[in-house]
Amino acid sequence: MTITENSTETPAVDNGVNVEALLGARDHMTEMPELAQFTWRADCEWVNGTHSRTTVEKFSGAGGEQTHRQPYSADTDHPELFASADNGPTPPEMLLIGLAGCLTAGVASVATHRGVQLRSVKASVEANMDLAGILGIDSDVRNGFSTIQVHYDIDADATKAELEGIVAQSQKRSAAFDVIANPTSIVVSVN
Amino acid sequence: MTTPRTIDVVVIGGGQAGLAMSHCLTRRSVDHVVLERGHTANSWRTQRWDSLRLLTPNWLSRLPGWPYRGDDPDGYMTALEVAAHLDDYRRAFDAPVRPATSVLNIESSESAHTVATDDGTWRARAVVLATGACSDPHIPAVARDLPDHLDHVSPIHYRNPGQLADGGVLVVGASASGLQIADELSRAGREVTLAVGDHVRLPRTYRGMDIHWWMDAVGQLDERYDEVPDIGRARRLPSLQLVGTPERRDLDLNAAAANGARLVGRLVGGSGHRAQFSGSFANMCASADLKQGRLLDLCDEYATAHGLDGELAEPSRPAPTAVGTPVLEADLRPIGTVVWATGFRPTYPWLDPRLLDRKGRLVHDGGVLPVPGMYVLGLPFLRRRKSSFLDGVGPDADDVATHLVGHLATTACRV
Repeated sequence: MTITENSTETPAVDNGVNVEALLGARDHMTEMPELAQFTWRADCEWVNGTHSRTTVEKFSGAGGEQTHRQPYSADTDHPELFASADNGPTPPEMLLIGLAGCLTAGVASVATHRGVQLRSVKASVEANMDLAGILGIDSDVRNGFSTIQVHYDIDADATKAELEGIVAQSQKRSAAFDVIANPTSIVVSVN
Repeated sequence: MTTPRTIDVVVIGGGQAGLAMSHCLTRRSVDHVVLERGHTANSWRTQRWDSLRLLTPNWLSRLPGWPYRGDDPDGYMTALEVAAHLDDYRRAFDAPVRPATSVLNIESSESAHTVATDDGTWRARAVVLATGACSDPHIPAVARDLPDHLDHVSPIHYRNPGQLADGGVLVVGASASGLQIADELSRAGREVTLAVGDHVRLPRTYRGMDIHWWMDAVGQLDERYDEVPDIGRARRLPSLQLVGTPERRDLDLNAAAANGARLVGRLVGGSGHRAQFSGSFANMCASADLKQGRLLDLCDEYATAHGLDGELAEPSRPAPTAVGTPVLEADLRPIGTVVWATGFRPTYPWLDPRLLDRKGRLVHDGGVLPVPGMYVLGLPFLRRRKSSFLDGVGPDADDVATHLVGHLATTACRV
């Protein structure tokens, strides 16, 4: 039995996700675990002040070196409130972009796999932060977010419970959610 | 050195799986022996905590040729009652059990399997592995990152609250064992922190009927391994958050918190004297609540479809799990013991490692190993969702016995 078969009760949906390809990749990587080893890369160049530009172009995985179809750059900066120039989102806001993008991609994939046609999906993300951490005012306050809330507004032919299930499953298999919710080793070296 | 004894089938393990198999072979007049490292139902006597009762009601303890004959079908057996149940079963058909016999090695050729034990060697045409799913506790790697002062206990060695060192207890894992142990410790007045990862929540009773009555009625217990979309995942599902008590009370995270346990997310790290818990706690709880809702929906649909709504109590859903303020870190200095209720991964050190996958799991197709004449029983969802339950191993044993007899017939010509 192949898991690419749709159940006969579920009409095919089109959310733009190629679920069969994903399931095929999963089978393939189950057979050959080395294909599942990926390295994501980003190269950052300081521009001025708190403004940097980070470019993503190449990554490795599926047995070889890969390239995005074009390089992607993102500017990050601090807002004018921080006596800065506001040339881009703050780095913590970039993390929220990553989280929202990853969870929403997951919603689309899981919905498709479960035969749910999506009409619109919106996520609002809020992350609280006490600056006493990064400003070194209070050592009991962490630098990062104290909490993150994500709220989804989804228009689809599905019950609330079904949509909650899709959103719950998306979190279970989200890379960005895991990176943010769980400890990750970071090693930084110089020259 | 004694010469090997020859027999058609060696069954390894004298618990419910081994005895069920023995009954099926006896009924088919197949010459066999059951090797048991301790005494019948060894793990029920030596590896269960004092207050343990089965999660499943007594009527769900049927074995081949052995219906439930007690006077408390809706009660829940203690570990020693299970051992007695299995002992009575063994005696009822005079199962050929060799106690105090440990298997040291199995070597397989095309025609026979050589089973070396500490009491001599057997040469058999078929072998059935029935050593159970809970032989070896799985302790996650994060254990290494915790401070040295802690005692570490697994459910196999836990007996009662008095056995544990002074101080708080960190129970890692909130499935059946973790939740039951946390509950018992809280009631004994211990400070309990319960680290919650993936879990499956169900009420003990729904609309007046035991949840296992429902799971049986809607056909879940009999679901076949080749009918579910992701058998690997289904086999790894955590045990149900249930306890067997005369009052038939619910046991869930809300109950644990009401008893004073501090609920935290999955244990994901240790640094110095601090433990780190996952920020996924809310999602774990929401996912379990949703999964519970889906099963209870199935139950309601079944009730309506079978005209039972008039006889059953009104549907009343358990309250959602209260998540509260997330706790991401804890100081472990007030903690004396960590109970690792983090599941089991059976090992087979006496088996050819090529029979195991890269994670050390036995490779099999519904209990049939790729080596001719070798079988396994009693693993989760081996052939059916109920495969690892007391009541579930019988039909699997019957299926495997049929296949095994076929194997014996095809190898009969080769001596």
